[in-house]
Amino acid sequence: MKSAQTPLHKVQGLGAAHSGTGHFWRERVTAVALIPLSLWFAFVMLGLVDTNEVIMVQFLAHPWNALLMAAFAVTSLYHMSLGLQVVIDDYVHTAGMKIVLLFLVRCVVIATIATCVFALIRIASV
Amino acid sequence: MADNPQISGHVRPLSPHLTIWRWQVTMLSSIMHRATGMALSAGAIVLAWWLVSISNGPEGYDSFMIYAAMPLGLVVLFGFTWSFAFHFCNGIRHLFWDLGYGFDKHVATRTGLLVFALSFLIAIGVFAFVWTGHAGYLR
Repeated sequence: MKSAQTPLHKVQGLGAAHSGTGHFWRERVTAVALIPLSLWFAFVMLGLVDTNEVIMVQFLAHPWNALLMAAFAVTSLYHMSLGLQVVIDDYVHTAGMKIVLLFLVRCVVIATIATCVFALIRIASV
Repeated sequence: MADNPQISGHVRPLSPHLTIWRWQVTMLSSIMHRATGMALSAGAIVLAWWLVSISNGPEGYDSFMIYAAMPLGLVVLFGFTWSFAFHFCNGIRHLFWDLGYGFDKHVATRTGLLVFALSFLIAIGVFAFVWTGHAGYLR
């Protein structure tokens, strides 16, 4: 059977969603990365329960811990951005509202990443 | 041409229609994966708030702990803990599906039940671990 796809469409390989498999793949890669990072995060949160601010600063000021916490925050927030995009794609059907919400989600995600990283730098430099 | 069902008064079931389908474990776990994902998005904001409060010194941290130690704060924390456990376990279930394993109807139902059981066990276990004084080992 002759394909209904134009040669350009075939070459681009992006399919009906116009974005290819990029979103799907990034969601899986961040998910896999979040398995060890989440286990580390849970270990740390339980370990810091019932301590105080001084111990938390001491712990988070350590380069490895700061790096892992930053990696956890950035990867989580990126994964969150991808996930919320799917929710918006599924339930919001007007193009205008969709663009506004996707823009807002990205703004919140970028601002939260910046906030987390800045806080960690501030903790490490006290 | 077919009449528009909305205009002619025949409201037909559209997919997905939660009020019409019989509830399934796989359906509930799928819905909960999305719901916990959205809850954890709020959790990410709280994570940023927590880090900022620590960077603001002892007074800043206390201002966070006032909210975290409230009964409502603990309920929210339990919600985040369970959501985290569920999304983690069910995410691994999703990754196995991506690799082509566990698609059989009965296997998917069983792993769904397993994820629910495991996530509640983890969440309750975490709170029991803390309340029996085993946490805080990074002191």
